[in-house]
Amino acid sequence: MVLTSLAILVPLLTAVVLAATTSLRRRRAADVVALAAAATVVGLCVALVVRASDKPVVAWLGGWHPRNGVALGIDLYADQLGAGLAAFAGVLAVAGLLVAWHQVDVAGHLFHALVLVVLAGMVGFCLAGDLFTAFVFFELMGVSAYALAGFRVQERAPLEGALNFAVTNSVGSLLLLVGIALLYGRTGALNLAQIGEALAHHRPDALVAVAFALVACGFFVKAAIVPFHFWLADAYAVAPTSICLIFAGALSELGLYGIARVYWTVFSGPLEPHAETVRDVLLVLGLATALIGGAMCAAQRHLKRMVAFATVGHMGILLCGVALLDGAALAGVAVFVVGDGLVKAGMFVAVGGLEHRRGSVDEHELYGRGRDLHALGVLFCVCGLALAAMPPFGPFVGRAMIEDAATHEGLGWVSPVLVVASALIGGAVLRVVRTVFLGRGPKPPRSRVTGASESGDEPIERGRAPLAGVVASVMLVALGLLWGLVPGLIDAVTGAAAHFVDRSAYAAAVLHDTAPRPPGTPGEGLTTAAWLYGAASAALAVVIACMPTVPVGALRDLHSGRVGDYVAWLAAGTALVAGVFALTLP
Amino acid sequence: MSLLAYLVAVWLFLAGIWGVVSSRHLVHLIMCLAVTQSSTYVLLLGIGYRNGGKAPIFGDIPQSTPVVDPVVQALTLTDVVVSATVSALLLALAVQAHKRFGSVDPDELNALRG
Repeated sequence: MVLTSLAILVPLLTAVVLAATTSLRRRRAADVVALAAAATVVGLCVALVVRASDKPVVAWLGGWHPRNGVALGIDLYADQLGAGLAAFAGVLAVAGLLVAWHQVDVAGHLFHALVLVVLAGMVGFCLAGDLFTAFVFFELMGVSAYALAGFRVQERAPLEGALNFAVTNSVGSLLLLVGIALLYGRTGALNLAQIGEALAHHRPDALVAVAFALVACGFFVKAAIVPFHFWLADAYAVAPTSICLIFAGALSELGLYGIARVYWTVFSGPLEPHAETVRDVLLVLGLATALIGGAMCAAQRHLKRMVAFATVGHMGILLCGVALLDGAALAGVAVFVVGDGLVKAGMFVAVGGLEHRRGSVDEHELYGRGRDLHALGVLFCVCGLALAAMPPFGPFVGRAMIEDAATHEGLGWVSPVLVVASALIGGAVLRVVRTVFLGRGPKPPRSRVTGASESGDEPIERGRAPLAGVVASVMLVALGLLWGLVPGLIDAVTGAAAHFVDRSAYAAAVLHDTAPRPPGTPGEGLTTAAWLYGAASAALAVVIACMPTVPVGALRDLHSGRVGDYVAWLAAGTALVAGVFALTLP
Repeated sequence: MSLLAYLVAVWLFLAGIWGVVSSRHLVHLIMCLAVTQSSTYVLLLGIGYRNGGKAPIFGDIPQSTPVVDPVVQALTLTDVVVSATVSALLLALAVQAHKRFGSVDPDELNALRG
């Protein structure tokens, strides 16, 4: 019971103490205290995962338990997937703080406090059992993230990135809030289980359909789903490396977690007869995001923007997994989030290391200048192959589970599209290995790329990469690779996901404190087709790596850097999704 | 009465979004965002409104008096706090943009493209 509250309170209170006491002289003390708090969160969340293996942990704040199935109080709900995601966010926060250990520019400006507030927001969002509580934690996480993205506000690019990030995500939060307000107006409840019970067994009307569309679009903004994704590359490319890895590994994923949680607790009842429509809409958005993210990733020469667009592409693959509205696919999503998040985090740190050694993140400027950086070259190469979902590593297992679930539902054509998206992303990273670390292929013309020299980290004197950064990077990538080899992983996650998608079990656990956990459905091993798709995408990535930068023409021009354009796209996307749902669901 | 509240909320939302999309001045843009945010206040209060309802403070009115929904009022208050935080942060960024780059036109920052 007390674990859930502590997991939120520890980082929040530590942040308050740090904010009140941090000064330049006590930099190391702040490092140590923040690391200890983040590590404590990991421990608490892992304990919650273990505790939740029997039945989910439900804590009613202030002892306001539900009476006769009516909840007036606010609950924190920890099941294995939710607590697991919170633990993963904690791991990335620890890694981020370790990387920040040697960053001079993060001293004394409330950096550690902000990281811990983001972490508290993430954990709170994962554990919230109540729509408005979820919204408040979502905003807490968002506002601190805006501040962290613009941490080096003295430069043009971070300032603009933070502005775009803050404005678009605020509009997204407003959509979410309007959706929540409509749901409250219809049901008089904010508790997820209670709203779900009130809406179940009723035909969905236009109000429910629009509320679903608004909530989903609000989360799409954070999850960077096309056409809500424009802000992401601007924000992630300019934040300090230590922050990038937390953002790319966990922040966007939380948007998808929000969609999955709300769909399966609230909307899966009323929208049951229309599940195919919902699936088709989400699948179209997911595939578009995967392909556009992959293409934009392959078209980048600014390395941090490249990894940022890799995040967009992967969010598309993840949305495809959620879109299948199926426990087995969701298990694949969970496996993919961890494996891919770790590799991408390691990748960001490796880019930071390259920048530290060579003073640039522009692929053309760096041409051939990484020949003597063997360790970094190997690291980039491994990251590229892992991001291309080469078997048998972490990202591969997750994607393969999603593909198998899609084939199982008769959507076998989804797999080749995901293969292309993964190959574009992995191929882009492998191309950097070819040009920067091997110096092969035609030498690109020297020309300035916008924002290349302003990548968010302080230009420190060149020298050996700081040890903590290298260690963190290797550790993260190694963990991401090994994640796919954990014995019994597929079974355990499939069981947890089967519980996650069971609306009546959720309602029973929250409102009646009875949770007969369904017998664990053993996950099926990966099919041969999935292994072949994995090998195919790795091979395709190598082919793409041998080609020059992929031209994307007009697509690139759409990413104009103008916040007004981004909000216009956001509004158009919302109108489209809401229109489709309002016309087809009731 | 309540229909009017919903129409006002929709109008504020759309007008604010239009302002954000078309703005050429950061402070103007942030104010338009605040207008959009205020549409959610109107919506929330409209949802909890009851004709003839009193303020939900039971100190000096009988228990049986019809009152407006206190939950949405609590939500609105929280929402106001969240909005104020976002606006303050954005205004701080606008001040930095003016101080360091001498411009508050979002188009002139122009460091990030493609």
